Amino acid sequence: MPSPLTTSSNPRLSAFALLTALATLGLLAAGGLVTSHGAGMAVPDWPNSYGYNMFFFPFSQWAGGIFYEHTHRLFASLVGLLTTILALWLYGTKARPWMRHLGLVLLAAALGALIAWPRRWSDALVVGLTGAALFTSSFAWPRCEPSPRWLRRLGLAAFLAVVLQGLLGGLRVVLFQDAIGIFHATLAQLFFVLVCALALFTSRWWQNSLGSPFCAHAPRLPILVTATTLLILVQLILGACMRHQHAGLAIPDFPLAYGKLWPPMDAASVALYNQHRLETVSLNPITSFQIGLQMAHRIVAALILAAVAGCAWQSLRRFGARSALGKLALVWLGLVLTQSLLGAITIWSSKAADIATAHVLGGALCLALGTLECLLCFRQFMPASMTVAQALEPSSEVSGPECRVSSVGCRVSRGGSLFPRHSTLDPRPSTLAPRPSALSRQFGRP
Amino acid sequence: MNKTTILLAAAGVALALQWAPAGDITGTITLKGAPPKEKVITPYKDDVNCRNLTPETPTTRFYVVSPNGELADVVVSVQGISGKSTGASAKPATLDQKNCLYVPQILAVQTGQKLIVKNSDPVLHNVDVQPANESGNPPRNEAQVPGASDLTFSFPKPEMFLKIKCDVHAWMFAWVSVFDHPYFAVSAKDGTFKIPNVPPGKYTLQAAHRKAGTVTREVEVKEDQPAKVDFTLEAK
Repeated sequence: MPSPLTTSSNPRLSAFALLTALATLGLLAAGGLVTSHGAGMAVPDWPNSYGYNMFFFPFSQWAGGIFYEHTHRLFASLVGLLTTILALWLYGTKARPWMRHLGLVLLAAALGALIAWPRRWSDALVVGLTGAALFTSSFAWPRCEPSPRWLRRLGLAAFLAVVLQGLLGGLRVVLFQDAIGIFHATLAQLFFVLVCALALFTSRWWQNSLGSPFCAHAPRLPILVTATTLLILVQLILGACMRHQHAGLAIPDFPLAYGKLWPPMDAASVALYNQHRLETVSLNPITSFQIGLQMAHRIVAALILAAVAGCAWQSLRRFGARSALGKLALVWLGLVLTQSLLGAITIWSSKAADIATAHVLGGALCLALGTLECLLCFRQFMPASMTVAQALEPSSEVSGPECRVSSVGCRVSRGGSLFPRHSTLDPRPSTLAPRPSALSRQFGRP
Repeated sequence: MNKTTILLAAAGVALALQWAPAGDITGTITLKGAPPKEKVITPYKDDVNCRNLTPETPTTRFYVVSPNGELADVVVSVQGISGKSTGASAKPATLDQKNCLYVPQILAVQTGQKLIVKNSDPVLHNVDVQPANESGNPPRNEAQVPGASDLTFSFPKPEMFLKIKCDVHAWMFAWVSVFDHPYFAVSAKDGTFKIPNVPPGKYTLQAAHRKAGTVTREVEVKEDQPAKVDFTLEAK
């Protein structure tokens, strides 16, 4: 059985997780464009698109807001597919019987649907093709050990999250609730972080440096990084609330607000703001609450900038600019600075759709990078048995050519050996396996 | 006095009240001050389906002002009257989608009155009715392909400036004000309005413009005498 907290170092799985993360970033962009263009309701039905099965919606009809909304739905389907494959891959050979059975069930359901509703043949075709793909791929699925249980559960959580996310998106359309859009936007950010974490956990880099004392010489850094990352999450929720009120820019100027440090928010002033605003697209009237929300967004942005600068300062002072944490902190700071600039340009451009969407993506990357830094900082608290030094020692689980290797994930054995290349449990010398001296350089000063 | 006599007398009184000589309220809306310059709808010219429908790129239509300063698209209504809707039997109002714009952009109906939405464009639109959350009017979102039959809407609750928008073309939006009585009007291009057949009495008259705000005036309607009320709204 897999040991707890070990991870797979399968490079293909890791690359696939990275691909899923990149696709999710693309999906975030597509979703951001939908909201930025106010096109969330451009396709009035769901899960169909203008009565068509969404995969059969004619391209000639992808005009105006429909283009953004329909592309978002298709992109979401792609990410759903990738996430499903990723979750199944983490289960390794255990996924085979499920895939086979589920494939048969879907094929039967497609046949039943075709008989019962012949006019909805396109739906039956999609279900049938999915079933056939599951069934046939189950025979070619890697015969490899499942990933550790916690990683499998994380994959399952990603799968459930993407399903929930799809449902939230659909319910937003059919229930006409802006509030669902806020949850949809927030879950999108959290899902992106989860997939990024999966990409990290399945990477060889993570496996090789397990237990490394990244933050051992900066005991306050994990707390600061975590607090900053949570603050970024709060900021993203504030941003989602602002965007999903569909009121455009509640404050049209920056760095001042209606020409003042703190704008008047009484009813007469708000009425005047609305009177002066000539919107070219359909926007809801602004309210004092929305003005307060944007002021809060600005204040939290300043706090985040200061906090990330503090994290960078701590990391550089303790570990130097060449350490992994130092580099990561510098990238994080650069990203937050860029994000602040994008926020300002969003206002100066009167919320141009592409700029506003880039601002959303910047927020997602800031959150993901913060989470990555958190994980690095807290990795030292993982069990000592998982340190690289100990993992490099021959394990009791390794007992010869036919031994079971718990941490190999889905790597298919070669030449009669079950050891993966560069596996931390592989007794053969590996040029890529980090040596203690290399680790010292990588992780900062000892 | 038997029951029949009482019933006949009651019916007579009701009939007399129904036929009570009513008056019209007329007036003109004027805008004081220079309105902000309307904006060119730039996304319009980027849309491959809509940009060829008109030779010029349209502008926003918030302040429709005549050269003499008369203001159109002001919703004028009698306040303090409720529960007198004749919407079920009223002539349906019409909202058209023409050249990828809503025509008219501002209109008013009674509760229960039919609102017919047409699509005169060779372009797919969706009609997204977005009432305020607390209004009690249900949201609705319908697709309308070119040549499709008209859509019919009606609203059960009064609401000022209920928004109707097309999400396919983000610049397309209109506002419908819903009243539970028939005593309202929308000012014409020359700023004039007429509310017919208002029962005699003292009323508060409200003029509401989407951007210029709201003003009220007191008015007394006498039997068979038109009452004239002019409003001046201010572009601040």
